[in-house]
Amino acid sequence: MRGVRYAYPDGHVALHGIDLTVAKGERVALLGPNGAGKTTLVLHLNGILTPSEGHVVVGGLAVDQDRATLAEIRRRVGIVFQDPDDQLFLPTVAEDVAFGPANLGLRGPELAARVDEALAAVGMSGHRDRAPHHLSFGQRRRVAVATVLAMRPEILVLDEPSSNLDPAARRELADILRSLPVTLLMVTHDLPYAFELCDRSVILDGGRIVADGPTPVLLDDEELLARHRLELPYPFRPIRGRAPADE
Amino acid sequence: MGAGHAHVLYRSADSPVHRLPPEVKIAAMVAFTLAVVATPREALWAFGAYALLVAAVAALARVTARWLLLRSTIELPFVLFAFALPFLGAGERVDVAGWQLSVDGLYGAWNIIAKGTLGVWASLLLAATTSTRDLIVGLDRLRCPQILTQIATFMLRYLDVLVGEARRMRLARISRGDDPRFVWQLRGFAAGIGALFLRAFERGERVYLAMVSRGYTGRMPPVWQGTATATTGQWLIAATVPVMAATVAATAAVLT
Repeated sequence: MRGVRYAYPDGHVALHGIDLTVAKGERVALLGPNGAGKTTLVLHLNGILTPSEGHVVVGGLAVDQDRATLAEIRRRVGIVFQDPDDQLFLPTVAEDVAFGPANLGLRGPELAARVDEALAAVGMSGHRDRAPHHLSFGQRRRVAVATVLAMRPEILVLDEPSSNLDPAARRELADILRSLPVTLLMVTHDLPYAFELCDRSVILDGGRIVADGPTPVLLDDEELLARHRLELPYPFRPIRGRAPADE
Repeated sequence: MGAGHAHVLYRSADSPVHRLPPEVKIAAMVAFTLAVVATPREALWAFGAYALLVAAVAALARVTARWLLLRSTIELPFVLFAFALPFLGAGERVDVAGWQLSVDGLYGAWNIIAKGTLGVWASLLLAATTSTRDLIVGLDRLRCPQILTQIATFMLRYLDVLVGEARRMRLARISRGDDPRFVWQLRGFAAGIGALFLRAFERGERVYLAMVSRGYTGRMPPVWQGTATATTGQWLIAATVPVMAATVAATAAVLT
């Protein structure tokens, strides 16, 4: 992303010139308080929102409003939205996972193979014919990841992947995400989760990137975090490893 | 298909009727109803024959008469008016148990009730043997406009989500001391409906964004149409019922 600026139709400026480069295979956490512009930034990555200034390039392909380009961009960039009930709109799990690749023109056995592969990757193969509303929240989140994986994206973007998950589901999802051979951009304010999964973190606040560096370094800077309404759970200190009370 | 337990009418079982593909059942149900509606009302015997056909299919599908009769009470509000016809009808009068009833009105009431009941029975048999999900697949295969099947699909998916949201909002309201027992206490409920509508509206936008992100361009990919569509044999088997009904209707039309 180069100099991306975006203003909503009501004139509210959500992004003030974002410069961000993510290398292939990197796992990056996008941190920031509520209303920082994280989701707006994500929607630029696959051309749902078009920047008023600047441009976005994905794997050498510039995002524009040309239909063929958009289709290719949306294949390359898979977005997993925060609420799995928004993502899963078809009556069965298998149909929903098939939706993306079918839009890419896949049919028959090839399509079925994609669905199997994606469901296997998130450990949900046994639930293919079930209705989404009969799955637990954690299972729905995993299926939502599968619906995007089925398109074999190069970049996987997750909006608050750990929200509303119980600790075991949260860990299971982390294991799955770690096993995927894709570039990962994770939007979150779950700082330990970012620490666990991403070597690099970017802090976004007020539509600007205010910090970009190795996750442990950023998370150890208490003042920086406090300035941007981010907080670690009390006893958690990545580098010193101890709560201040122990020192 | 394992679309879940959300079906009110579906009777899970394995019968020859259950196994038929949904599109042939829908077509048979519609054709049967058309034959019934086209029958002259004076041919009382014909309606008896239709009832026998329904009973035969119900027996095949292992649907009990009790279930069918209980469920068909759904038509009562719609046919109530028919009960007034014998009293209001004009023309020739006949004495029934001391009441002067209109012959034309009696036939009119019979016409509405008999045809309505047979139609409801046919629909109930379809619903009892076909899951909601399969009904949509069937409509899709019958080339029903995609916009309608899409709306039905979304309803099927999001009805439970909406009901869950409404339930949580109600619990939250009650937890804060709301106790709407009388009509004039419904303010909270009404506001809840408004909030629910707004939420559904916003969700629609998010669902659409998620669909577009997965390459949606305004048409659903034809994922289901290709698999396991009905064979000629299955069409023929399902056609027996409407063909018999049509024969009865034609005979009745000739005789009266």
